This record gives sequence, C-alpha cells and structure tokens, in this order.
Amino acid sequence: MTLLAGIVAQLLHLLLMLALAPLLLGCIRILEARLMGRRGPPLLQPWRDLLKLLKKRPVLAENASIVSAVTPYVGLAATLVAASLVPGFARDMALSPLADLLLVVGLLAIARCALALAALDIGSGLGGLGAARAMSFAAFAEPAFLLAVMGFAMLAGSTNLDAIGIALQEGAPGPRISLGLALVALLAVALVENGRVPLDQPLDHPAGAPAVTLLQGAMLLEASGRHLALWQMTAALRLTLWLALLAALFLPFGIAPADSGPLAWMLGLAVWLPKLLLLALLLAVFESAIARMRVFRVPEFLGAALLLALLGLVFLFLSTGLA
Amino acid sequence: MTLPPALLLGLLLLAALLAVAAPFLAAAARPRLGRLVPAACILAALGLAGCAASALALGAPEPLLLPFGPPWGPMSLALDGLSAWFLLLLGLSGAACALFAALREAAAPPRQAAGLPLLLAGLALTLLAADGFSLLLGLGLTALALWLPLAAGEAEDAAPRLAAGLALGFSLFSLACLATAIGLLAGTAGDLSFAALRAAPPQGWQAAAVMALVMLGAGAGAGLLPLHGWLPLLQPHLPASTGALLSAVVGKVFLYVAARLLLDIGGPAQPLGWGVPLLAAGAATAVFGALRATQEGDARSILACAGLGHLGLVALAFGLSASLRAADLGALAALAAGAGLLHALGHGLFQTLLTLVVGEIQHSAGSRRLDRLGGLIHAMPAVALAAIAGCAAAAALPPMAGFAGNWLLLQALLAAWRVGELGFQVLVAAAVASVGVAASLGALAMLRFWALAFLGRPRAPRTLGAQEPPRALRFLFLALAGAAGGIGILPGPLLQLATPALSLVSGHAGPAEISVWSVSAAAAASDYRPLGIALLLAVAFLGLVALLRQISPRATVRGPAWDGGFAAPPPHLPFGEPLTQPSALGFAQPLRRMLARRLLAAREDITLPPPGDTGPARLQSHFHDPLLPALLAPLLRARAACADQAERLRDLSIRHLLGMVFFLILALLGVLAWWGGGA
Repeated sequence: MTLLAGIVAQLLHLLLMLALAPLLLGCIRILEARLMGRRGPPLLQPWRDLLKLLKKRPVLAENASIVSAVTPYVGLAATLVAASLVPGFARDMALSPLADLLLVVGLLAIARCALALAALDIGSGLGGLGAARAMSFAAFAEPAFLLAVMGFAMLAGSTNLDAIGIALQEGAPGPRISLGLALVALLAVALVENGRVPLDQPLDHPAGAPAVTLLQGAMLLEASGRHLALWQMTAALRLTLWLALLAALFLPFGIAPADSGPLAWMLGLAVWLPKLLLLALLLAVFESAIARMRVFRVPEFLGAALLLALLGLVFLFLSTGLA
Repeated sequence: MTLPPALLLGLLLLAALLAVAAPFLAAAARPRLGRLVPAACILAALGLAGCAASALALGAPEPLLLPFGPPWGPMSLALDGLSAWFLLLLGLSGAACALFAALREAAAPPRQAAGLPLLLAGLALTLLAADGFSLLLGLGLTALALWLPLAAGEAEDAAPRLAAGLALGFSLFSLACLATAIGLLAGTAGDLSFAALRAAPPQGWQAAAVMALVMLGAGAGAGLLPLHGWLPLLQPHLPASTGALLSAVVGKVFLYVAARLLLDIGGPAQPLGWGVPLLAAGAATAVFGALRATQEGDARSILACAGLGHLGLVALAFGLSASLRAADLGALAALAAGAGLLHALGHGLFQTLLTLVVGEIQHSAGSRRLDRLGGLIHAMPAVALAAIAGCAAAAALPPMAGFAGNWLLLQALLAAWRVGELGFQVLVAAAVASVGVAASLGALAMLRFWALAFLGRPRAPRTLGAQEPPRALRFLFLALAGAAGGIGILPGPLLQLATPALSLVSGHAGPAEISVWSVSAAAAASDYRPLGIALLLAVAFLGLVALLRQISPRATVRGPAWDGGFAAPPPHLPFGEPLTQPSALGFAQPLRRMLARRLLAAREDITLPPPGDTGPARLQSHFHDPLLPALLAPLLRARAACADQAERLRDLSIRHLLGMVFFLILALLGVLAWWGGGA
C-alpha cells in the first residue's frame, strides 16, 4: 500500500512538474511585465509556444550529425529524472531513496553538456561562444553548490533530499546564520545555472532576442521545431526544479508524507504552490531591480557565493565544536 | 599449497616480457617480429590480469622467495589485495595497449617497440614486489622503459630527447627518494621485506622524513604538484600505446607505492596530520591538471593533463583515508580508500580508451591538434560513440565510472568534519570545493576535446581521409567504453572485490552498506543506486522519443545552417571558412581570462592595425606552466655551481684525495654507529 501510494505520488509529482514548468515561466513573465508597468503575455503563452513548435517541421543544418537530433531528448530526460527526485508536495515518493543532492548535480551536468554539444554540432561561432561560457561558469558554480551541500550534510547526516528536509523540519537546525549564508550561495548558483538576469538575458525576457542572450540563446540558434520545444521545456523544467529545490531545502514545512492519503496531498499541494509562487515573485523582483553583469565579472559574483558558503560552513564547524 | 601457482605464473609472464624486449634492445630491425611482440604482450597482460583477479576473488597466494637479490634479503614476490587491484588495472590496460600496438604500431622502430614490453615488465615487477629491493628494481625498469623509446632515435628535433631526459631525471630523483625512504623504514636491520617493514612502523622524526621522501618520490613519479612538469612534455612524443599505459597506469603505480609505504606499512598509529600532505597535494593536482587540460591544444596533452587531475583525486582519497583512520573513523576511512581504488581502476580504463582513440585519430586523420580536426563523427561514428562514453566517464557524469568514484569521495569528504579539528575541517571544505572545480573543469576539457574533434566541420583537408578502424579496434574501443560504463553501474560488487585492498589501505574491513545495487557511506547516509539511475535515464529517454513521435510526427528536413544569418561560404571553401568555427583557443578563452591568468601565466596580446590600415587585428594568446621553470632554473644554476666546485678537485694531489675518501668513510661509519647504537 505504501509502495503504491509512493508510486502514485511520484507520478503525480512528475506530471505536476511538467505541467507547472511552462506555467511558472509564464507567471514570472507576467510578474516582470507588471513590475515594468506593462500587461505582459497571457499565462498560457509558454504552453502555446511549445505546442506551436511541436507542430512545426524541424530543420537540421546540412552538416548536422546525429548529435543535434539526440541531445534534446538526452537533456530533457536527464532534467526530468532530476526533477522527479526533488520533493514537491509529498515526500517518501517511490524514487526518494535515489534522491541524492550530488546525483541531482550530476544529472543537471548531463543536461548542460548535452546543450553544449548541440550548440557545437554544426560548428557555428555563436554556439561555441555560448557553450564555452556556460561550461566555464559551471566551474565556479559547482564548488559553491558543493560547499552548501556540505553544510546540509553536516546538519542532516545525509545528502538525501528527504532526509535533509525531515532533519531541518524536525530538529533544531543548528545556527540559522549558516543556513542563511548557504541560501545566498545557492541563490547565486541557481541564477547562473538557469541563465537568469545578472548573468544572461533569459530567452523569455522582454529584451531577450537570441543575439543578446549569449548563453541560452546562442546555444539554441540552430534548434527548431520539436527540438527547440524540447530545449525550451528543459529550460523551464530546470527553473522549476531549482525553485522546488530551494523550497525543499529552506522552506521544508507542510510537505505531506506519500502514504498519508489524497487529502493530505491536497494540503501539501496547497502549501507547495504558494512556496513556488513566492520564489518566482522574488526572482521577478530581483531581475527587475538589477542590471546585467559583464561576463568576466561572473567569477567574482560566484566567488563571493563560494566564500559565503565557506563562511557558513566555518560557523557550523565552530558551533559543532562548541556543542 | 606448497607452490603459489599464480605467482609462478606471474613470474613466468614477467620473464617472457623481458625476453620479448631483449632482442629489441640490441636494436636489430626485424619487421617480421613487429606483431609478435605486442601479441606476446597481450597474452602476458591478460595472464597478469587473470592472476590479479584470482588473487582478489580467491585470496592471496603465499609469497614466493627468489634465489637472487642482495645477500641480506632475497628478492621476493607476493600478491596481496592491494597489489592485485592495481595489477588487474595493469593487465586490462596493458592488453588493450598491446592490441592497439599490434594493429597500428607494428612497423615502429625497434627501440619504440621495446618500450611497451619493458614498461609492462617494470610495472608488473613493481606491483608483484614483496620487498623494497624488488620494488625499486621494478621502478628503475619503468624509468628505463619511458626513456628508451625517445633517447636515441633518429629524431629531427631535440624536443623528444629533451622530454625523455627530463623524464629520466625526474624518475631518478624519484628512485633516490624512495630508496632513502625504504632505507629509513628498514633501519639497520637490513631486512627489506614488506613483512619486516610492517612490523616496525616509523615513528617520530623518522616518520616525518619517510613521509617527506615518499611524497617527493611518489609525487615526482606520479606527477603530483609541483613535480608534474615532465609528464605533459613527454606524453605527446611517445607512441600511442606506451603513452596510454603511461597516463593510465604509471601514475597509479606510483600512488600504489605511496599507499604501500605510507598507508599499509607506515599507516597504523599515526597522527591526524599523516594524510594531510597527500590530501593537499592531491587537491592541488586535481585542480591544476584539470585547468591545464582546458587550455592545451594537442589532444594527447589534454588527456595527459586531465589524467593528472584524476590522479590528484585518487591521491586526495588516499590522504583522506589515512587521516580518517588516524581519527578512528574506520568505516569512513574505508569509504575514502574505496573511492580512491574505484576511481583508480575506472580512470585507468577510460584513460586508456581515450588515449588510444587519439592514437587512432592521428593515424586516420593525420593530426592530434584540435585545430586540425573536426567533423570526425561523420567519418568514424563507432570511434565517436566509444569516445563520448569515455569522455562522459571522465567528465564525471552519472551513471559512468568517473561519477561513482567522485560520489564516494565526496561522501567521505562530506562526513569528514566529524574529525573535530577546526583546521582539518577547513582543509576538508577546501578539498570539497577543489573536487567540485576539478570535476567541472574536467567536464569542460572533455567536452572541448570531443566536440572540437568530432563535431563541426573539417578544419583541414586531411581530415577528410579519416575512416573507421578495423573491426578488432572498434571492438576494443567499444569494450573499453562498456567497461567505463560497467564500473560506474556496478561500484558495489567492485568494492566487495576490493575488500582485501581496502583493509590493507585503511585498516578497516570496508564500509558495511554495500550491495550489488547500491553503495552508501553509512546506514543513515544517502544511497547511490547507479543501476536504478541508468534505468531511469533510459526509460525517460525512450519514453520521450516515443511520446514525441506520437505528438510531433513530421519528419526533419535539411537546410543550410542558419548560423545567426551568415552568408553561404564561397565555392573554394567547401566546408565553410574554418576561422568562423569555434577554435581550441577560443573555446578556452573564458577560463583563460577567469582562472589561467594567475595559475598558468596566460596572456593575451592584441595588435590593432593603425588608423586607416585595412589589415586585420591580431589576437595572440599563450600560457605556460610556471612551476617547471621555477623548479629547473635553480637546479641548472646549482649544477653550474657544482661543476665549478668539482673542477677544483682536479687540482688536488693524491694525498688530498685519499684523505677525503678516508674521512668520508669515517663519517659514514660514525653515522652508522650512532644510528645503530640509538636503535
């Protein structure tokens, strides 16, 4: 029975993530437009774009290899698996024994490499530029992420997402200041991983013509039809995954156990959706308030995140040493 | 069992390898023997792997005393868990390299052909040695095998000879350090067998001296920072088979020596700081090697530097294991040691694969420089498939081999704060960050290598001549790629197989939470279930393909590349203007500006044409390794000074010379008497 509930909750979670991802993107667009005094596109616009792209015939360049045709599926598959591991409205879902933070990092790396390969497939200059930058930023983002993970591993004794959530929800989670510093570090990493404003103009941004967005847009120049739809879905899903991850790590209350029945699930959902909306609002406000950063300032941005994560760890070391 | 058959077999194989190498040492050109030598090497290497596997699965055979060696301690061979694990890697990698040599390097000059069997024999002797003398003999043979192929060939330029001389110098330095360390471990008793050394572990200042000497010796041999400079210089000049063995196995064997001397023999009852030198050197090597791999333009150099990065991770794992053992965290120490051993095996195999692939690319497409390749996926799809599997493993992507090793290492690192010393905790945090940097830089280096070589358009006409290799080579590449995946998917059974090695390195029977399907640091800690992840990824991929086929059935069409709206190339450039493609330098540019300016002394010089001139602006960029000149320049000055001093000896009379010798002997005897009396 528990297993069945876990499987049902897992499938529901996966479907919700898939359905929510473009909606959340539409929501962020509306919020950003409102903050700038415009009306913004309708909420369903990302879904309409996806369906339109699916109907179109994909055009591949003459010298494109199988890489262009396969990588969209690889990227979305890896992101999908990662998204199904991050707890949402329920915990103890069927795949939660696999839900390891380091594994999520690895799965997102697969998607990143797949996108870079697709960008390099036909040997276009802009694609190479975007791929080189995206992969280089990861070299600064990953250590900050791992240090934040180390803090959670210290507090929870595990890198399993469910275990971390339970430990933070139930126990006295150590010094709040460490969690706060880890939150800042992870927010910076999330902005970089998703190519949001201080780093890059997202595709859906009002000013986001492909030539301006040197990370995402440059890498997707050659994609069309269902391939482009898959890549857009991957990007939306990755953003939703990050917001859900931040919610699961820093707002771990109100998550329903998977075997507690549909009523508790509804309650969990009623808590989870506002959390995502709150994070989306924060993102929209931040993006509207800040200007884009020069590319070679990004290491300083992420270096600061790294140092903050390290500082949080040192506080943790000191507090465990005193206890 | 009176006779240890596995060891006897190993001995016979060693002898066979030496016998095969011997006629070539006489530099007799015998083209008909060209394939015979690698064929014998394949058999010998497979035999060694079989010995190692049987020793791991069935238990270690009795040591074998040989009737020769120094009079105070006969040479002896043994195969325990630790040496068997590394011998397994040597056997598998050696067989692959020998098969490649049989198919692609049969016409090599005899000196080069002698390198492979000599190298195999030297490494096998090092691993089978059960006493200090045999160990040093094996390492000496290894040094000879690396120097010989390049030492006296008919090379047009001096670079190979210089690289070989540098390698020989580092090897001799390494041998001298290790010999002194073994002498210190043995004391005045003179028994060099490992069993005797283990009975009297070093203490006090001797322990510190042994640690320093082994770090220098093993570091110079394996290429740990700051003694790594010779490896990327030597690697491009060696034949592909020997080079693959060098970057896949030789460094591991030196780390085996370090683990044997520091962790197995000297490991028990040491303070917390015992593992710190290995940990710090490993972390620094991991970051530096991976960063340099992102900047190099020659595929072999890229792989050599990336290999250094992975070697650093193995050293980091061993150092962490030693410190955790000192802090009485036995299960964690075993986990860290398991991470090191698993990563050593996995990296050995995918490094072999990638280096041999580059050898095949050079054979088929005529160049190894990324700026002369491109578009090879159309000409050699099977090679591209095998290479991307190896690259994914090297980039630490789940569920391949590199990720399994990194995951275990990170789990051990993330739990290492339990040691309790604040200084060590901060060091561990720095190590976690450096593993992250090394992994993502390694991913970038591998992506750059694979994408620039196999994707895009051909950058040189010669690339068009590339074609698929013969079936045996394709099978070899795909088998190695399968091994890189298999090690990633089955870390549990492999760690169970490595239990004898784990207990030697970490003094603990191994982490308990290991099954076929999952590995875990402790019962409460997180699980890694690679088989489940692989299945999930496959299901998601196939499900997506099936779904999209339903909801978006229209077939793809081909058209000219959009490329941001660029015009079609002129007809005399059938593959477009090569300069519009991402180049090796261009792809490395963001990191060159962000990191390599400080660490690799990278510089970019822009020459703008004067106003009115329609000539193009030029951007030139270069980097160099600042550590090797920093090491070599004082050495060269010291050599000149020593030579000046030595010149003065010529003017001394026989009376003075005899007096000097006499006083030297007296001084040595005095040291011996003081030391022996103190012991």
